[in-house]
Amino acid sequence: MRHFDQELEQLKVMLLEMASLVESAITNSVNSVVQKDKLLAESVLEKEATVNQMEVDIDDFAIKLLALQQPMAVDLRLIAAGLKINTDLERMGDLAVNIAERAIELYQEPVIKPMVDIPHIAALVQSMVQKALDSFVNKDVELAKSVLASDDAVDDLRTASFHELISYMERTKHNIPQAVSLLSIVRNLERIADHATNIAEDVIFYVKGIDVRHHAEVRE
Amino acid sequence: MKSEAPWLAQKAIVESDKATAAEINGSPKLQASGLDFFYGNNQALHGISLRIPALKTTAFIGPSGCGKSTFLRTFNRMNETLRHARMQGEVLLDGENILEMEVSQLRLRVGMVFQRSNPFPKSVFDNVAYGPRVNGTRRKSDLEEVVETSLQRAALWDEVKDHLHKSALELSGGQQQRLCIARAMAVDPEVLLLDEPCSALDPIATAKIEELLFQIRNSCTLVIVTHNMQQAARVADFTGFFLLGKLIEYDTTKTIFERPKIQATEDYITGRFG
Repeated sequence: MRHFDQELEQLKVMLLEMASLVESAITNSVNSVVQKDKLLAESVLEKEATVNQMEVDIDDFAIKLLALQQPMAVDLRLIAAGLKINTDLERMGDLAVNIAERAIELYQEPVIKPMVDIPHIAALVQSMVQKALDSFVNKDVELAKSVLASDDAVDDLRTASFHELISYMERTKHNIPQAVSLLSIVRNLERIADHATNIAEDVIFYVKGIDVRHHAEVRE
Repeated sequence: MKSEAPWLAQKAIVESDKATAAEINGSPKLQASGLDFFYGNNQALHGISLRIPALKTTAFIGPSGCGKSTFLRTFNRMNETLRHARMQGEVLLDGENILEMEVSQLRLRVGMVFQRSNPFPKSVFDNVAYGPRVNGTRRKSDLEEVVETSLQRAALWDEVKDHLHKSALELSGGQQQRLCIARAMAVDPEVLLLDEPCSALDPIATAKIEELLFQIRNSCTLVIVTHNMQQAARVADFTGFFLLGKLIEYDTTKTIFERPKIQATEDYITGRFG
């Protein structure tokens, strides 16, 4: 294996290590909401600095590879996709932190009916994240396309949750603060799903050299 | 209010990329069809067919011995100077078979610059004026004009304008190569063939030659052989990858270096072989 191939593998490993932390952050942040676990939520906040530092390190390493190796074709596409995936992972980490902060606001509040939808949405979003990352590891374009196809389902669930929460707020005005926090959690989950679709698009670009962003027909 | 100019410039670059992709199928300046080439019994080129668009830069890349220089030299019949060399197939310049042209007329239209600069043992002025003189230009003022224009086009005028009667052999390597380009440009060729023009030059001189190629590309069809893939990526609109005497892939430079269609091309440009 060439030295440059080893460095490309190292870039992938760095991304996957960061992805593992981010996936854990998402899982723990959702669980901290559902289980009203303040300590679990705080653990998500504590790990944010590590995720942020990994983003800096990965960017630095990728830029170094571009400058020193002048990569072409699939190697260039891997590094370009890696830079974008890096940004998406960091944003997903931020969104997990936002969810954890809402969990801390809510942990002493009673459970309200719309909260039961959160695990359902979260499960779909976490599945999208996992598939997007698996598609990167395995260079699986079909799996990446399946992530793109799932985005509409998350958007539909987000819309339904929003309607339910707004209706709930109209009926039970004393629970508005709690309902607003839940709105924020649903919105953050939907944005995590958007970043998962970004990663899937980057995988398709990496493997096939085709830019499918904003092309709705690929999702059909 | 932000200026729109940077976005418009970017849009122009994107539109230019789309335009060059269409030109590869348009009316070519040079065209090879089913070209085979032999050095004695050794077949160096196998069935080469491609179209070189006018007023664009086309690069040939490939490992040593792949036939790219041999192919380049067919365009001005330089291979005829070699014993036991023979060609089968067709090479057209503006649709006309080059074998049916008078060779000196062909070489007026298709100039060449070689890997090692080869200035004549004459003054800078006489090097550039040589071609026009041979072709009948006699008036001193006309020669002075063509020499100045050619040296300016070769980005060498400012460095030699006060030393035009100095021996060309006293110039630096990079200056000599630019002088050779000026000499080739002095007869206003339609095509300029460049066979690894920078391989003997340092990075600064190479950058000057590449900048020069950018300056003249709109007035001359350029065909360049290079073993420096980054150079091909920088200067060429179209790139052809050769291997073992065959044309493996030929496309826009953007496609070749971002997402080549043939695995052998990708393996070569990523350094996995060659």
